Amino acid sequence: MVSAGAAPLSEETVSSQVKLGVRDLHISYHHVTALEGVNFDIHEHEIFGIIGPANAGKTSFLKAINRMDMFTPEMKVEGKITFNSVDVSRIRNVYGLRSRIGVVFPLPVGLPLSIYDNVALSPRLRGQKNRAELDVIVERCLTRAALWDEVKDRLDSLGSMLSGGQQQRLTIARALSQDPEMLMLDEFSIAVDPVTTMRIEDVLKELRKEVTIILVTNLVQQARRLADRTAFFLDGRCVEVGVTEDLFTGEVKDQRTRDYVEGRFG
Amino acid sequence: MFEATPLNQRNDTRQKLFRFGLGTMTGLLILPVVLILGTLIYKGAPVISFEFLFTGPTKGMTAGGIFPALLGTILLVLVALIASVPLGIAAAIYLSEYAADNWFTRTINLAIINLAGVPSIVHALFGVGAFVIFFRFGTSILAASLTLAIMTLPVVIVATRESLQAVPMAFREACWNMGATRWQTIRRVVLPNAITGILTGVILEVSRTAGETAPIMFTGAAFFLPLLPQSVFDQTMALSLHLFVVSTQVPGMPENLPFGVALVLISMVLLMNSLSIALRMYLRGKKKW
Repeated sequence: MVSAGAAPLSEETVSSQVKLGVRDLHISYHHVTALEGVNFDIHEHEIFGIIGPANAGKTSFLKAINRMDMFTPEMKVEGKITFNSVDVSRIRNVYGLRSRIGVVFPLPVGLPLSIYDNVALSPRLRGQKNRAELDVIVERCLTRAALWDEVKDRLDSLGSMLSGGQQQRLTIARALSQDPEMLMLDEFSIAVDPVTTMRIEDVLKELRKEVTIILVTNLVQQARRLADRTAFFLDGRCVEVGVTEDLFTGEVKDQRTRDYVEGRFG
Repeated sequence: MFEATPLNQRNDTRQKLFRFGLGTMTGLLILPVVLILGTLIYKGAPVISFEFLFTGPTKGMTAGGIFPALLGTILLVLVALIASVPLGIAAAIYLSEYAADNWFTRTINLAIINLAGVPSIVHALFGVGAFVIFFRFGTSILAASLTLAIMTLPVVIVATRESLQAVPMAFREACWNMGATRWQTIRRVVLPNAITGILTGVILEVSRTAGETAPIMFTGAAFFLPLLPQSVFDQTMALSLHLFVVSTQVPGMPENLPFGVALVLISMVLLMNSLSIALRMYLRGKKKW
């Protein structure tokens, strides 16, 4: 493990533990800084929480990881992010990078395709045409996203016509169909009822055995329930990174973190 | 408790006045449509018969049918479609899905919109210069169709681009996040959801070209031809020009014949419009978000 503030990772420094390394990350839009001074490692099979109020730079951080900054010309990313010890800014095959990282958005995005085609889309993009194989993938992913029982009899109906909570689980199933090494969830529960939120949280606890999860959330209690370690972003800076429980039990280095987790601002 | 105050009464009177006024305006709008269609059907319908649609004109066009003109219009529109639709859709996809949003793209978009506003007679003269003379197609179906194609290109592009941009950005982003290329995203998510709008927009716009006269009269449409065209390098008769000819250029014309020609022309356009609406309803029933 490389401690925060260490020398930038070279590509030879292979560590099986570190899934994602972030060094001196600086993100700006039109020369206005959105996020700076981010230095931490995210380990394999951990749930890494990111909490913080709006405009803290959380979503920009996720976009920088899977190189979605390419679609936003005014977004500039400096510093270094490594995925599997490879500098993502040097990856030519960004499609390969993105297909290894599943993303779940704040608002559910059920594509206007059938439920089946929503989940089969990613395997198809990778060239999987065998219907039997696809059937297996679709059933497995929908089951793991706790949606299979509700939709197994109507896989041909439109994914975009499901309820909000179901669409969000469909989005998770779609992300899982990528067979991702890492899952990034951006405030997934914002448009989901509490019961569905709990079901998805249970799903995430199961998934951590296989994938690394970055959980961006505006619910501090959600981070406390799920995350092994948590980072606190505020006004475009990473204020603190630590074991989640420490952030809640007073072992914090920064008073602002304590104020935020105890609900005194934000 | 619920008695109307003077203010309530004033508001109510005003609301009734406006409903009446706006309704009257709408009625006035329908009047010319009803009058035109009514006159055409009343005076033109007696002329329409199997012979009228499927035989050529005789006796200096004062008798016989309009088959060469009907066939000519269909040919002109078809060739124009083949030329303009693939090109227009391709350009629209590039402009909407690939081109960066910068001053150059905006200039091109502005140019396309302006091109749609160029009067058809200007397109006609361009067609003469470019296709008839420079490319040496002569006055022919090809030259006339290409002129029509150039004229419809901007509307095809605009209709397609609007359909593409009606597809929510979130769908594209979800797809890109999965590792799809831009083309995979277009092919699997954007196009299937935009195709309804593209098809109907294209049909609607192209049906207009069936009635155009100026762009074809110098480039390929003829006053009268004894024979049907054998290839796209021949001239052809066309309904729109034929209507002009029989209405104004031939002495001793039976009064009802021009109305018959007009009725056939307008029926063709209405038929294409209904087709496009039916297609839209059918496809919309299948796709939804």
